[in-house]
Amino acid sequence: MDFDLLINAIIAGLMLGGFYAAVTAGISISFGMLDIVNIAHPAFILLGSYITYIVNITFGIDPIIASILVLPAFYALGALVYQVYYLAFEKRGQESLRGLAFFFGLLFVTEVVLLLLFGVDYRSVNAPYIGPSVSVGAMEFPLRLLVPALVSAAMFAGVQIFLSRTFIGRAVMAVSQDPMALRLMAIDPTRIKRIAFGISIATASLAGAFLIIIQPVIPSVGRDYIGRIFAICVLGGLGSLPGTVIAALLLGVIESLTATFYGPSWAPAVSFGILLLTLAVRPSGLLGR
Amino acid sequence: MRTPVFILVQAVVGLAVYLLFDNFGNDYWFFAGYTVLQYIVLATAWNILGGYCGYVNFGSAGFFALGAYTSVFFYNMGQSLDELFSESTAALLGHIFPIPVPILILFGGVVAGLVGLGTGYLTLRLRGVFFAIATLALAVVLETLVVNWQFVGGSRGAYVIPPNSVPVFGPYIQYLFALMIVLVIVALTCARLIERSRLGYGFATIRDDELAAEACGVPTLRLKLIATVLSGALMGMAGAPFPFYIGYVEPGSAFNLSYAVNSIAMPMIGGTSNWIGPLVGAILLGTLQQLATVTISSVLNLLIVGLLLIGFVIVAPNGIVGLVQDWTAKKPKRTKP
Repeated sequence: MDFDLLINAIIAGLMLGGFYAAVTAGISISFGMLDIVNIAHPAFILLGSYITYIVNITFGIDPIIASILVLPAFYALGALVYQVYYLAFEKRGQESLRGLAFFFGLLFVTEVVLLLLFGVDYRSVNAPYIGPSVSVGAMEFPLRLLVPALVSAAMFAGVQIFLSRTFIGRAVMAVSQDPMALRLMAIDPTRIKRIAFGISIATASLAGAFLIIIQPVIPSVGRDYIGRIFAICVLGGLGSLPGTVIAALLLGVIESLTATFYGPSWAPAVSFGILLLTLAVRPSGLLGR
Repeated sequence: MRTPVFILVQAVVGLAVYLLFDNFGNDYWFFAGYTVLQYIVLATAWNILGGYCGYVNFGSAGFFALGAYTSVFFYNMGQSLDELFSESTAALLGHIFPIPVPILILFGGVVAGLVGLGTGYLTLRLRGVFFAIATLALAVVLETLVVNWQFVGGSRGAYVIPPNSVPVFGPYIQYLFALMIVLVIVALTCARLIERSRLGYGFATIRDDELAAEACGVPTLRLKLIATVLSGALMGMAGAPFPFYIGYVEPGSAFNLSYAVNSIAMPMIGGTSNWIGPLVGAILLGTLQQLATVTISSVLNLLIVGLLLIGFVIVAPNGIVGLVQDWTAKKPKRTKP
């Protein structure tokens, strides 16, 4: 086996894992902490990609900065979606079957609307760091992968600090475990969930920018990520952000190795294998409680 | 209505539709009708697990494609017997191949049922969500497998050339249409039988409160596995004649997300509580889509389905059947507190 190839595959996998962590962050909050199975999350990420694309092409703003600019809009969108979800399903106690169908419909509708607006052409953005790479010895760091991985790490740190240090953050961690106790402390669980869901969708904006930096995007690409995100989320342990990061890096490396040594067309099967294996062997995940 | 009578009624209705279409003298009716019938089977199959047990299956497209690719597999095998086997074996197998479509339907059902059993066994012991997620990922993985499997055509797709005509039925599409009617009868009868049996009551307990059911001694895991296998097998059976219908299968068309969406949307819009719901939903949405595809565009009709699905789950959780029931049922007078 070629040693340089192996090292570079692992490095690429680690950077890819950093990106996967950003993609999974939102699900880790909504599915892991709020018990909302938002399978439409990839659709929001794709929406982020296309909005970044529009801003980047029309105004020439850097994709990552563009996605940070639209963060508030995504937060508001998330809050709105949660409000609808709460009124239509959670309040009536129907979230398991119809709530899932609702998000599935949302996923599908977003994809079709994007398809109608942008067609099936691959879209990509322009940024100075797309293309060149830094090399240290035999190791190659494509900036296209490195920049998203670093920004993703910063975003993760931010979310983790918010959740563990602030009052609202702690309330978010507590809300699915004991909404009653929150009420006794004069906090409205619905408000906390709305905020948390808003944050979860806001991360999709950044993740969308990373996605379109890493690869050109078409509307159906979101589907490939569903298996991946949930595999990472379950492998990491529900509700554990550090677990999510570890699982994302692990999946990134395994996928990268598979793609390098067996061919990229096998990569999508990796995540499903991991998902099934985790569910069969250790359903609580790596760092699950 | 007793079950034999029920089957008879369906057979009469099916025959009437067949003769009516035959009378129009245009194959298009059979082509369009086949799609609607296929959706009836898919929706009914989905409802056995989704509506009766409350477990969401997002992988209908995967199960459907399993059936379709089982057919492709045996078709290709029949085409290349001489290359695959020794001379004597090939001659022997030559008597069996090409395998008739009804047998292929059974094969497709068995394969899809087994995959359902495997996935179910690994994920159904956990919370319902995990099963839903696993089925979602299952479709992607099966697609990956097919793309990498050259024998069934890989990503290039495979041609399946059906004979031009069949004795008794005439054009091949009429034969497939008749087969699909039989499948619809099987699916609906199966769903109706379940509804009124011990099995159905067991399923309902799982849907309403799995923990309480388990505590009362209902063998929940076994029941869920039965539902998954039945549902998956029916979806596979619906997919098995697909290659012969369309003539050319590629992963993108067999694993099309629209199968997954439709098989969820149709029961949800029709109503999930009994066998009528998926039937009504499938006929309504299926016909609507055929109309929209011809008159507007095929992308837009998918958008309509998605929006209808969202609208119905929010506004009318019990579907059309639920709306009708609410409307016809006499409302008891409200007593003042």
